[in-house]
Amino acid sequence: MNKPAPIRDQRRDARTIRSRIIIAGLLSVLAIAILLAQMVRLQVVEHQHYATLSHENRVKVAPVPPTRGLIYDRNGRILAENRPSYQLVITPERVPDLDATLAALRQVVAISDSQLERFQQQLQRSRHFEEIPLRTQLDESEVARLAVHRHRFPGIEVNARLVRHYPEGTYSSHVVGHVGHITREEQRRIDRAAYRGTQHIGKSGIELAFEALLHGKVGYERVETNALGRVLRTLERHPPQPGHDLILTLDSRLQRVAERALGDSRGAVVAIEPASGAILAMANRPSYDPNMFVEGMSRERFRELEETGWQPLYNRAIRATYPPASTIKPFVGLAALEHGVITPEKTIRCDGTYRMEGRERPFRCWREHGHGDVDYHRAIAESCNVYFYDTAFNLGIDRMSTFLAPFGFGKPLMADLEGERSGILPSREWKRGAIGQGWFHGETVITGIGLGYFSATPLQLAAATATLANRGTIVRPYLVETIRDGSNGSESRIAQTTPHKRIELNDSTYWDETIEGMRQTIAHPRGTGRLIGHDLPYSFAGKTGTAQVAERGDEDPVEHEQRPEHLRNHALFIGFAPIEEPQIAIAVVVEHGGSGAAAAAPIARAVTDAWLLGDLDQLEKLEAGRIDASAVEHEGGAPPGSTP
Amino acid sequence: MNRVALSDSGGTNIRLSFLQARLHLDGVLLTALIALAIFGVAVLYSAFGQDWAQTQQQIIRVSIGFAALFVFAQIPPRTLRRWAPWIFTLGMVLLLIVIAKGVIGQGAQRWLDLGFFRFQPAELMKLALPLVVAWLLADADVPPRATRTLLALALILVPTTLIAMQPDLGTAVLVAAAGFFVLFLAGIGLRWIAGGAVLLGITAPLLWFFAMHDYQRARVLTFINPESDPLGAGYHIIQSKIAIGSGGLFGKGWLNGTQAQLEFIPERHTDFVLAVVAEEFGLIGVAQLLAVYLVVVGRGLYIAAVAQDNFCRLLAGTISLTFFIYVLVNAGMVSGLLPVVGLPLPLISFGGSSLVTIMAAFGILMAIHTHRRLWA
Repeated sequence: MNKPAPIRDQRRDARTIRSRIIIAGLLSVLAIAILLAQMVRLQVVEHQHYATLSHENRVKVAPVPPTRGLIYDRNGRILAENRPSYQLVITPERVPDLDATLAALRQVVAISDSQLERFQQQLQRSRHFEEIPLRTQLDESEVARLAVHRHRFPGIEVNARLVRHYPEGTYSSHVVGHVGHITREEQRRIDRAAYRGTQHIGKSGIELAFEALLHGKVGYERVETNALGRVLRTLERHPPQPGHDLILTLDSRLQRVAERALGDSRGAVVAIEPASGAILAMANRPSYDPNMFVEGMSRERFRELEETGWQPLYNRAIRATYPPASTIKPFVGLAALEHGVITPEKTIRCDGTYRMEGRERPFRCWREHGHGDVDYHRAIAESCNVYFYDTAFNLGIDRMSTFLAPFGFGKPLMADLEGERSGILPSREWKRGAIGQGWFHGETVITGIGLGYFSATPLQLAAATATLANRGTIVRPYLVETIRDGSNGSESRIAQTTPHKRIELNDSTYWDETIEGMRQTIAHPRGTGRLIGHDLPYSFAGKTGTAQVAERGDEDPVEHEQRPEHLRNHALFIGFAPIEEPQIAIAVVVEHGGSGAAAAAPIARAVTDAWLLGDLDQLEKLEAGRIDASAVEHEGGAPPGSTP
Repeated sequence: MNRVALSDSGGTNIRLSFLQARLHLDGVLLTALIALAIFGVAVLYSAFGQDWAQTQQQIIRVSIGFAALFVFAQIPPRTLRRWAPWIFTLGMVLLLIVIAKGVIGQGAQRWLDLGFFRFQPAELMKLALPLVVAWLLADADVPPRATRTLLALALILVPTTLIAMQPDLGTAVLVAAAGFFVLFLAGIGLRWIAGGAVLLGITAPLLWFFAMHDYQRARVLTFINPESDPLGAGYHIIQSKIAIGSGGLFGKGWLNGTQAQLEFIPERHTDFVLAVVAEEFGLIGVAQLLAVYLVVVGRGLYIAAVAQDNFCRLLAGTISLTFFIYVLVNAGMVSGLLPVVGLPLPLISFGGSSLVTIMAAFGILMAIHTHRRLWA
């Protein structure tokens, strides 16, 4: 045989392929003929047989939704459970006259217009033989009345099913979150098969973040039905796997104490166990009742909630950022000690103002006529701005932001909840990236007292305080302590297993010097937090902070109490106790609360008392004898021109 | 290049319509495909229990499919031929990545996540393999000689094995079938075909015992005797046959199939959609549907027959036959003639990526027909 010539015998090639194409075509026709023959056999010859089978076809596969996992606090108190709830359902197919039936039903039980509207919407979407809920949460008397009138309403049934219930109500609602009806958008996102028969899905908080674990696995049963689709008997059952239970680090009692201590003010409290990072309390005010969302609420009610303007659904503890103000001073102090900018003994003279070259207006201390010569302890205890202006200036922004970063500023800390904000840890790089400008010296100075661009979430403040309490051991805050398998009860801890990182200082006494300053804040007669130092049965290290909201004019000093509420200062407090063996680290922020000493510190004291003394009555004491706010001076004023 | 061949191969008096010359579309194929797509949407609307939202999704997918068809129709077959080895290489690399990901511990995977969409390399292989085998065989006389045939077999077996490892036996068999169609059309001798049959007879039992997963074995067993397991794997076939049989000659009417509407037919909007057709439109409907499919395949084979070179002939013929195999296997499975292998009914079943592949293939088919040279 020769090699293939450049010009091949195309005619022969074409013939070869065409003959094969003809064979293939004939085979195709033959195959179709066989298929058609089979169809004729099924649809014509055996038609009667299959028609009968189809008519008798009554075995259906019905989904059995799993029970949602429960959520407990650290003491086994229930935070989210499933309660039986009665609902009125209608199978449209079996109702002779739907409009008349609906009208008659409204005589028997209360059905609002919006409920009727929702029913009509679902009616469009559903198949006519499927049950559609009309009224949920029927009470006992309504169930009884329906039972009496049942004969009048074919196709109407009362079903009992499990519905999510939050026994703590408004307490801890931001952490636990809530479930709600699955929306169409969510339908698109989820695995529809896994949610067959399930009506609710996690919408916020732990309920949202741990949806995959809480939901469980859907089961199936094969049921025999009559001609109308009514179930006659169950042939086979594959039970669903219940969702996993979650045991949180929260103590619901402490949570209550914290939320009630916040009272009517807006703000957040975060309490952390320093040794582990376990979040003991994460309180937010204003709050909301998650139970309202489970079965959906009326539009009017939702608007009402929105219109308070204070965003009650917002988890301030992780999603709101505030200037840390003077609460940053202990951390800046540590940085300065570490870099040798100051020593504990070195004093700086404060005459009420701090002047910087090239700046006409001086930076001010909150105490108009100054603190005189202040050493490190006094600077913290009395929150001297001038001391920290000078210290920050000498430290410089680069060393400051590098030192503060491992404490957790400027980055989200937690995996257990969605939507955590990172706040801002100011630095040259940050400013260039976010604002596109170079850094100014004046900005270093106000960063040193936690103002300017600086912002942090209450959680970040609490976590940084925990690191301080640990003398450098960094813990990661977390909320879910244990996951319990719903089907076999086996437990797995998801608390961190990796060893904690540490912040190592050249001289570990720097920790103690700083903590001593924080002790004096509360214990010393001139400390800004002295108000909560009375009758203190344990050692307490703390730091107050007041973040200016409106600019304080030099000429026209409006008395703070006379300002409209939204222009009043944010009140902050951080602290931990006992100093020797810290068991709780806490951060409190009260929006527009006035001064940290008066508005935030007492809340922290109430929470630490409750935790360390088990004294839940402390709360009542606090509520009874409201501490006189005017007794304490304001501190932590911002320099003119800064907008914290 | 082969001026002689052109005039010799009967390509005289080629006349192209406006649709063919300007848009590179083929009227007959396009009409049939549009008819199938519209019918498919109507059937799915019923199979979805009249859920318009999901039906819309199918409309979007079909539209994307037609867009793919249009794009591929613009590519001259010469270009495709030049690209063939590279497309195949790309397909192999992607397949290896998927396998590697599976080995590294993400479990069995068929998908590659490209960020904005997920992509199944096996889909690409459905086109790449016939392309490369056609490219190989068109380079010399047909029928191919032994070395070339063996080379082609190797090209077929390597990707097929990889796909089977994913594991996706159904797709593997179909990709292999596409490769064999090229060989068949190229006119390989009877002894090759007989040899292949013998080899299959030997490997089938080996596959059964060593390569197949339990669920795959269950499907075959159920096929042999569906009534043995009426609530398990056999449920599909029994319910499907009841739906088809009860449809009778004229069907129960659109949206009125009790088997479909009461959700007795499993996978009624994907693999078993033909059962819905048979129940609601009867034997008349099924026959019409199969007739349209036959028109599509017939037109495809005609395009292959009048194509101007071996590459185009082999490719066009293979695309048509592969498409037909899809219809045949799906219809055979739904009507109880073949085991359940999990294959969609082209253009009717709900599903995205395989639809795009099929439409792209039709685009190539149209390109082959409309990029012919016009000299007489």
